Amino acid sequence: MSWAGPEDIYLSTSLASYLDKKLLVLLRDGRKLLGILRSFDQFANAVLESACERVIVGDLYCDIPLGLYIIRGENVVLIGELDLEREELPPSMTRVSEAEIRRAQKAEREATDLKGTMRKRMEFLDLD
Amino acid sequence: MLFFSYFKDLVGREVTVELKNDLAIRGILHSVDQYLNIKLENTRVVDQDKYPHMITISIFDWESVDTSFKILQFGLSVRNCFIRGSVVRYVQLPPEGVDIELLHDATRREARGG
Repeated sequence: MSWAGPEDIYLSTSLASYLDKKLLVLLRDGRKLLGILRSFDQFANAVLESACERVIVGDLYCDIPLGLYIIRGENVVLIGELDLEREELPPSMTRVSEAEIRRAQKAEREATDLKGTMRKRMEFLDLD
Repeated sequence: MLFFSYFKDLVGREVTVELKNDLAIRGILHSVDQYLNIKLENTRVVDQDKYPHMITISIFDWESVDTSFKILQFGLSVRNCFIRGSVVRYVQLPPEGVDIELLHDATRREARGG
């Protein structure tokens, strides 16, 4: 097995320059994980330390701690480096508890489901 | 390897990467690899309203010697990012980044087998 030399690391599109940094990982199902990148490979499999999931519903958000996570690369959409000197989120957003965000999430899901069924029932009207 | 070489030539240009989840990100192309994974710098989300986790609004107080005023900057908390090649739908290129002649020649060479 050969290892990339240090000179290759910053030139290539490897995740090496993100090692030990706090990152935002966007997954294919829309989940957003925050954590410190400790390891990765060519498939973008990644190990995140002190990972947490950021759930955003409207203007509310919550960081749910998850611990150490290994993410399978195929689920990764984007890995972004967080600029810690900047505010991460617009100030209009408020942080709430996990229970509260789950409630908001459920309400949002029910609302979209309702919209879906309404649309189905109205389909005969040919709205679009 | 044609597209890999082609993207390597575009390093440093501003491109818009549209992902399969409809997220579109604009930024300076920093690097590509053989899977067409892309690294962007100075990224911004093209449709910011839909993706609150990607944006931030920060206010800088910028004081110069004789005048003092505020700059409202709409930026991104993610300034540079890695995009997995498999989730990319389109890459929109600057028109001046496309040299059709060169691309034709490279395509013919590739078709002949290198």
